[in-house]
Amino acid sequence: MEKGIAAKGFGTFDHVADIGIRGWGKTIEEAFENAAVALFSIIVEDLDQVIPREHIEIHCESMDLEGLFVAWLNELLAQASIRNMVFSRFKCHIRDMELEGLASGERFDPLRHQRGEEVKGATFTQLAVRRQDGLWLAQCVVDV
Amino acid sequence: MDVKGLVQLGTCKWQIPMEGPMRVPAILYADRQLLSEMDDKVQEQLKNVASLPGIVKAAFAMPDAHWGYGFPIGGVAAFDPDEGGVISVGGVGYDISCGVRTLLTGLNKQEVLQRLDPLIEELFRVVPSGVGSEGKIRLSPDKLDEVLVGGARWAVDIGYGERKDLEYVEEHGTMPGADPSCVSDTAKRRQYRQVGTLGSGNHYLEIQYVERIFEPAIAAAFGLEEDAVIVAIHCGSRALGHQIGTDYLQVLAKAAKKYNIPIRERELVCAPINSPEGRRYFKAMACGINCALANRQVIDHLVRQVFHDQFPKATMGLLYDVSHNTCKIENHGVEGVIKGLYVHRKGATRAFGPGRKELPERFKTVGQPLFIGGTMGTCSFILSGQDEGERLAWGSACHGAGRAMSRRAALKRWKGKSIVSDLAHRGIIVKTASFRGAAEEAPEAYKDVVRVVEATHDAGLAKKVALVRPMACIKG
Repeated sequence: MEKGIAAKGFGTFDHVADIGIRGWGKTIEEAFENAAVALFSIIVEDLDQVIPREHIEIHCESMDLEGLFVAWLNELLAQASIRNMVFSRFKCHIRDMELEGLASGERFDPLRHQRGEEVKGATFTQLAVRRQDGLWLAQCVVDV
Repeated sequence: MDVKGLVQLGTCKWQIPMEGPMRVPAILYADRQLLSEMDDKVQEQLKNVASLPGIVKAAFAMPDAHWGYGFPIGGVAAFDPDEGGVISVGGVGYDISCGVRTLLTGLNKQEVLQRLDPLIEELFRVVPSGVGSEGKIRLSPDKLDEVLVGGARWAVDIGYGERKDLEYVEEHGTMPGADPSCVSDTAKRRQYRQVGTLGSGNHYLEIQYVERIFEPAIAAAFGLEEDAVIVAIHCGSRALGHQIGTDYLQVLAKAAKKYNIPIRERELVCAPINSPEGRRYFKAMACGINCALANRQVIDHLVRQVFHDQFPKATMGLLYDVSHNTCKIENHGVEGVIKGLYVHRKGATRAFGPGRKELPERFKTVGQPLFIGGTMGTCSFILSGQDEGERLAWGSACHGAGRAMSRRAALKRWKGKSIVSDLAHRGIIVKTASFRGAAEEAPEAYKDVVRVVEATHDAGLAKKVALVRPMACIKG
């Protein structure tokens, strides 16, 4: 395992046309939350500049953990684009393949937020939610 | 990709023989080198497509094929509804009807060079691009439904462009069969402020000049001559198309189970065309196509206004508007009988030859224009569809250069600012909302578009007409 990524909690990986995102955590929830940070780090270059002043409730469900992970990321992207917001803090709780979460951020401000790439959606490619080296890993490729 | 297991049928035509669950063979159009550089995943995905119910003749891959979502990017397949044929989300892709619209400015290179800086500055100001950008048009829910039904025709009706433009858009500007009640509220809400925006990623708006003509007669019919300046607008259905894809992956996953269709990849889920789920997806996807057609029509109008302000003599006619990610009902000959097939093109351009009735009068002797985008540092091509292409791959051709290097690797290798300044030294002005995006889209991160176009031409899928070079580019 790459020690740097485990310490950081999130990161990206190679894909031929798009980009892979991943999050690590002591729990599944933490891995999901960290992967969301990886996702929004593509959209805004300096996520530290995104003040978590507004909180949006997130709800999604699926048949399995992997499906739930993709649904979580897609719901975050949908809520962000509907409100023209960017998020920087995430909390989620999973029970019986249902996720209740909170995404915190603010309206996109081109003067303060350095534009990265728009992410169109999370995909099922190179999708995994599993335990690895004593931690939870959640990852997939996102379409940019 | 290892070419050993393939059967060579021509210089640019290779076959994967039938094996296992494949119902038809798979055909790859590419030269040996392009093929050897292709991902192994292209072969695997193409075999999966060839295994789907109701597929006709073969699963095809274009010369720019690479690993995609369910279908390979550059994948083409037709399904017969009367033979249990299916419709698949992966066969259309997430950015429904992403495509290229090409405008003829009526100006030459020297004329445009005199005012290139103010021109591109103004275009960058007027055409919204990049993360978080919003269009000037704000739509209420019922108005958005009008966009989804009307497509480019809706935009013309409210004053964006001219009625004669519609003749030069696939489906005459309006994809039939669209039903907004099949599109989720989330998908619609994501679009309220996005009509008339370029987006980001590989989307762009580019001013180009014709450097070389290969087919003078066809070029003349297209209105192209050496040094003529054109504008290429590359974008799609924005967040709405993506949300339709995401929503229907779940719907069709359940449908595939219900109709006992084996799923070999989660993004290759599908439903019979003649099922309630399949019909609903088609109606929603048609909305996505109309959204993209409307989007390009609005941007086209903004571009024309800027050009007219800078160059009162600019003519700004529409050459053509092509779509890359679609499923369309088309009549094709199958063993001597004309059948209505559902043709999926995922990262492939429709390339109809002169004989097709869908083409406007002006192209009925020369074939449909295709625009094959290269990179902001190299060149692009204009091709024309050939009658032979219908027999080869349902009248389809490549759509671009295809990436050779991942975005992550490109980011590690290049800085966006130095990409932009290097191009400026070569006389190409790049305006971008995101330097990260400029680095990811670095010209060297792509395959050589020249080789992709040569293979397309040599395979007989489409004919090379003109080579164009970039003068200035807005990268979304």
